[in-house]
Amino acid sequence: MTSTPVRIGLALAACVALALPFATACSKSEQSSGNGQSPPKLEPMSSVGNGEGQLNLIAWAGYAENGSNDKSVDWVTPFEQQSGCKVNVKIGNTSDEMVQLMRSGQYDGVSASGDATLRLIYAGDVAPVNTDLVPNYATISSFLKDKSWNSVNGQMYGIPHGWGANLLMYNIDVVRDAPNSWGAVFEDAGKYKGKVTAYDSPIYIADAALYLSKTKPDLGIKDPYSLTSEQLDAAVDLLKKQRENVSEYWADYTKEVQAFESGTSVIGTTWQVIANTIGTDNKVQVNTVLPKEGATGWSDTWMLSSKAAHPNCMYKWMNWISSPEVNAQVAEYFGEAPAQTKACEHTSQKDFCDIYHATDEKFAAEIHYWTTPQTQCVDGSGDNCTAYNEWVDKWQQIKG
Amino acid sequence: MATDQGLTKRGAAVPIASVSPGSRIRLAFLLVPPMAWLVVAYLGSLAVLLVSAFWTTNSFTGAVVHSFTTDNVVRVATEEVFRTATVRTVLIALTVTVICAVLAVPLALYMAKVASPRVRLVLVVAVTTPLWASYLVKAYAWRMLFSPEGPMAWATGYSTGYGVAATVVTLTYLWLPYMVIPVFAAFERVPDALIDVSSDLGASDSATMRLVVAPLVFPGIAAGSIFTFSLSMGDYIAVTIVGGKTQMLGNIIYGQLVTANNQPLAAALSIIPLVAIVGYLLAMRRTGALENV
Repeated sequence: MTSTPVRIGLALAACVALALPFATACSKSEQSSGNGQSPPKLEPMSSVGNGEGQLNLIAWAGYAENGSNDKSVDWVTPFEQQSGCKVNVKIGNTSDEMVQLMRSGQYDGVSASGDATLRLIYAGDVAPVNTDLVPNYATISSFLKDKSWNSVNGQMYGIPHGWGANLLMYNIDVVRDAPNSWGAVFEDAGKYKGKVTAYDSPIYIADAALYLSKTKPDLGIKDPYSLTSEQLDAAVDLLKKQRENVSEYWADYTKEVQAFESGTSVIGTTWQVIANTIGTDNKVQVNTVLPKEGATGWSDTWMLSSKAAHPNCMYKWMNWISSPEVNAQVAEYFGEAPAQTKACEHTSQKDFCDIYHATDEKFAAEIHYWTTPQTQCVDGSGDNCTAYNEWVDKWQQIKG
Repeated sequence: MATDQGLTKRGAAVPIASVSPGSRIRLAFLLVPPMAWLVVAYLGSLAVLLVSAFWTTNSFTGAVVHSFTTDNVVRVATEEVFRTATVRTVLIALTVTVICAVLAVPLALYMAKVASPRVRLVLVVAVTTPLWASYLVKAYAWRMLFSPEGPMAWATGYSTGYGVAATVVTLTYLWLPYMVIPVFAAFERVPDALIDVSSDLGASDSATMRLVVAPLVFPGIAAGSIFTFSLSMGDYIAVTIVGGKTQMLGNIIYGQLVTANNQPLAAALSIIPLVAIVGYLLAMRRTGALENV
């Protein structure tokens, strides 16, 4: 009887001994990639050749539609016909998932938000992009070029796709007072106890921080991604209180669609594309609003994997998705401002670009784009900020 | 320890020594692939996991840095959020196991000892058919059932909503076949004659059940409970579908691995279910339930 633990111990020791050579073998290959100080030196391509016949993408839901969700929404099939690149799309639900998927090395490109881009660049997961090889880059909004989230030292690491704000969505049959403040999901969330939803990612802490920056000025929050420990704790407290009223958190966008349609959730943060999907299904009536406190948001960039097996197809895709007609289509379907200035001439809704302030540099500057929190405050205010790994731990504590 | 190893070796050597060299090669040919698979793919990956629990990550890029640290293990052992999630997960796994056993024993008894062969066949098919359907389909079916305006609320006027209760029900549904089948097999192996003898000698039905049948069936329940317990311990998908805002240990591990990109901490966290399951196996072994499975 006493022999069992001994035998288990021996077995474990044997496995460890067996595994060590593998483990150290892995370590060597990983150490060559980025150390977080400067991105690894990679040369951008100098010319685009023929397509390789395949293209594996990681994309946000609604970014690479092939007609399977809505027959009339399809810009992947024409691309496949024109380029000969068969497109396989893997939907990424969160930026973290996208980073993880890109590290697998099995994908050619990704539509990365600002909270993923730098992590990918500095870890050497994505390659610099030669924008001369993407003709449509010339007419991309100038305020999206050479930005801190998509370039390093003037070298672009991708082609801007579009940008937008995280919105407040509510079921108009239940929420009748037309809220226009994030307070509806924070301080007043008790009104819809057990029916509130929130985005299941640590980056959602920034939404609470943004709300606090307007309602509790004495905390001194200037940028929702540059939080000191006390400021982070204040946001976490707000989210812990919110949790009491939360029905469930969503990361998978279909889950939020289903939660609203079944009445599980009636109010919470959303993307316009989710509201559009609910509108198409027509089971419940929802409305979206950009609250008065402003909003967090995203500015997405198509990036090329440094291990891409089909780089030519990826360059062709980056040019395709940023072309005026296609960029207009995807922007209208997802509900965001297109990066391509000429896209505004091709939207089916004539005033679309005005509604989304697509070419309004000032408006674009007011959205707090997702970015990775770092110890070195991302707004340049100092070096006492909380880093993303702390946000992750806090997020797990919020969820309990 | 030394004598113990000696015994094990001698015990294993006896049958092999008695066979001819030709059949020994054949035996090796047969055994090497599964053993290699077990050691390299299964135990090997487990070992890589345990080793990586002692590494750290670059806090900015999330890339794994291979310098030795015990921080992860210390954090896992001390932080409250991990403790509450562990307690919650173990309680859910135990509840699911108990409910499965309570449901499976009468059902298996009926199938093995009472039902006609035709009814028995129908029941065996009925119990195992759900295994053919996809896990996700079944979990989403329960999501529909529990929804605030779903069939359960419509029929009873009340739904537990999404949460721990819904998770327990869903997991019980998912793992019930894994309990019913071994218990059914155990009941089938109890000779009818034993039950007759017991009642001939004057034992009441309940005494026969308690003193004759129960000890013979217990190993079957133990085997089933190992499935239900370990499957529930590791589950993180059903709880995201029907658990509302509940998080289990699996969600935290997933969160650290995929969201935080903190592979070492995720590895350290996965030591918890590993320990829980080894502990459960040892406890089962102490009861003697694993001797005759």
